[in-house]
Amino acid sequence: MTAATRPTAPTAPTAPAAPRSTADALAAARRGPRRRRAVVVGVLLVLLVALVLVRALLGDYRVSFVDAVRIIGGAEIPVASFILMESTLPRAVMAVLCGAAFGAAGGAFQVMLRNPLASPDILGLTLGASAAAVVSVVALGLRGTPVTVAALGGSVLVALVILSQAGGGGSATGRMVLVGVALAAGLSAVVHWMLVRSSIYQAQEALVWLSGSLNSVTWTDIGRLLVLDALLLPVLLALSGRLPVLVLGDDLAAALGVRVPALRIGVTLLVVALVAAATAVVGPIAFVGFLSGPIARRLVPGRPSVGIAALVGAVVVVGADHLSAYAVPDTALPVGLVTGLLGAPVLLWMLRTRSTPEGR
Amino acid sequence: MTTTATRPTRPAPLTGARAGSARVAMPVAVGGAVVVLALAVGASVLLGVQSLAPGAVLDAVVGSSADARTDAIVDSRVARTLIGLVVGAAVALSGVVLQGLTRNPIAEPSILGLNSGAALAVVLGIRFLGLDDVTGYVLAAIVGTVLVAALVQSLTMLAPRSSAPVSMALAGAAVMALAQSLIGAVLVTDRGSLDSFRFWQVGSVAGRDAGGVLDIAPVLVLGALLALTAGPTLNAVALGDDLARGLGQRVVLHRGLAAGGAVLLAAGATALAGPIAFVGLVVPHLVRALVGVDHRRVLVLSALLGPAFVVLADVVGRLVSPPSEIQVGIVCAVVGAPVLVLVVRRVRGM
Repeated sequence: MTAATRPTAPTAPTAPAAPRSTADALAAARRGPRRRRAVVVGVLLVLLVALVLVRALLGDYRVSFVDAVRIIGGAEIPVASFILMESTLPRAVMAVLCGAAFGAAGGAFQVMLRNPLASPDILGLTLGASAAAVVSVVALGLRGTPVTVAALGGSVLVALVILSQAGGGGSATGRMVLVGVALAAGLSAVVHWMLVRSSIYQAQEALVWLSGSLNSVTWTDIGRLLVLDALLLPVLLALSGRLPVLVLGDDLAAALGVRVPALRIGVTLLVVALVAAATAVVGPIAFVGFLSGPIARRLVPGRPSVGIAALVGAVVVVGADHLSAYAVPDTALPVGLVTGLLGAPVLLWMLRTRSTPEGR
Repeated sequence: MTTTATRPTRPAPLTGARAGSARVAMPVAVGGAVVVLALAVGASVLLGVQSLAPGAVLDAVVGSSADARTDAIVDSRVARTLIGLVVGAAVALSGVVLQGLTRNPIAEPSILGLNSGAALAVVLGIRFLGLDDVTGYVLAAIVGTVLVAALVQSLTMLAPRSSAPVSMALAGAAVMALAQSLIGAVLVTDRGSLDSFRFWQVGSVAGRDAGGVLDIAPVLVLGALLALTAGPTLNAVALGDDLARGLGQRVVLHRGLAAGGAVLLAAGATALAGPIAFVGLVVPHLVRALVGVDHRRVLVLSALLGPAFVVLADVVGRLVSPPSEIQVGIVCAVVGAPVLVLVVRRVRGM
């Protein structure tokens, strides 16, 4: 649509009114969307950096930018050092990391399954991860990396069950969504059971895996998620460029040189791993994966949008975390509350406008 | 399942259940259900983490036991059995009515988010209005359930008709997510509420006050009457609105009454035992497989087998991992989720 609305946009000065060749015409047609994509990425990055600064520096206790640079450089400033390094900065960084993971995973799944409802959180993948995580913490007493591994196991199991329900053509069917809802209900019962079994102190810790919270983030957690994000996100972005071809149907996609089954399995594994890694640390922050994909697709219509979805996810989580920390005075709400309040109405609105063929 | 093959011409019922009329004669089915129910009650009173001799238990039930400890244990078992019976019947009836009214095979109090709405209302009531008795819980639960039912129903009516089951489940899921966010927000700020609420939240018949049954009785009895008399209405609804009107049904009035019954039952059960998921799904589908799709029969049998299911689930939860117990809500969810998957696989047109 941008190509159509911007024929008069400044083009190369040497280009004549009518393009000479097909190649020129194509290049001209592609320039608009490409420029738009660059603008969107730029704006999102600026927004993200601004939000991170707001989150890290402007809280109940304000730290000036100069002080922050000195603290990160190694200086020791009473109170400010502690607030920044132990509370606000880790939360901001973690919000970016897990937001990007949830956003990219959601966007990739929605594109691959050709259904805006098919995000990992609605299909129950995040609940699979959180049920496994809370079992490993409360019942088995694990900490750290083993929890991530357990979460991975949980979400892989859920993914296997759900994808075995997919109808022909690999798009997400209503049946698949319903199976996801069923599994999510069963799994949240497991989480509740673990809450009851635990002591009250463990229970408050385990409440993270019910709603998602950044309240108790440590630098070790950040390091673990950073490594996984850095390994998995680039691969997912590289693979996701080929996902739109699947819209043509498996046969045509195969004819165009896409190895369809391998692509599906690869993307699914990456999505599951990202979701599990993020959920193991911060819990199932509701609807981030679900929200990011559609927003990203609106921002860059018809273009590969998984990278944008990752940025949107990061922006959403950082912003929601700031809101959740300061919207209600004297109360630190879990970030999942804010994203849940944002996401549930969007889901309801999408149900209203959803056209029938997608619902099959 | 075998009958579907031999009767291909019979029109598929809209509830998505197996086509075909009764496989089991109604008197036989009712008799069997009563026997199952009696066995469940017997098991619930006799079995538990503490093993007691059946003779001592019987003495205590009759009231002539000399041993105070046995008395106390048996009293608590009788209380939880009683609550299990009431809750099971209420939730199963509510499930039948909701599935019939919405013509949606997966409609069920927990899937539609009704339980979450009730739970949210109760938590908000505890935290902000200082509710501390069962009557207050019931009122709050009814308000929450009614609001959520209206919300989910209106959303489903706005969505395309052909995808109604999916829309309804997702609307329920969205409401559930919203309610859990808000519940989480209340609990995170208040450790005292968390401690009492986490036990209520899982759905359990143990440790509840059996006297609460009496407080809730008016709500449940009214709901049960409305639900049990809704059979003809539900049968007419299954034919479609126009045909129902042609048959002389006052569609809006009767539907309203039936829906009111379902809401009262769901709210009462949730206030009594917390959210117990999937019973309203498993039991009606089981019953339909036994006696066919006539709602009058389904209602009666569900009212008998629902309690049996909940009481048996409670017994299983007691015996699986002694000395600790698994709450009945969790047992039901673990049994129910696979059943929902099976039901979904058999729904047509998805």
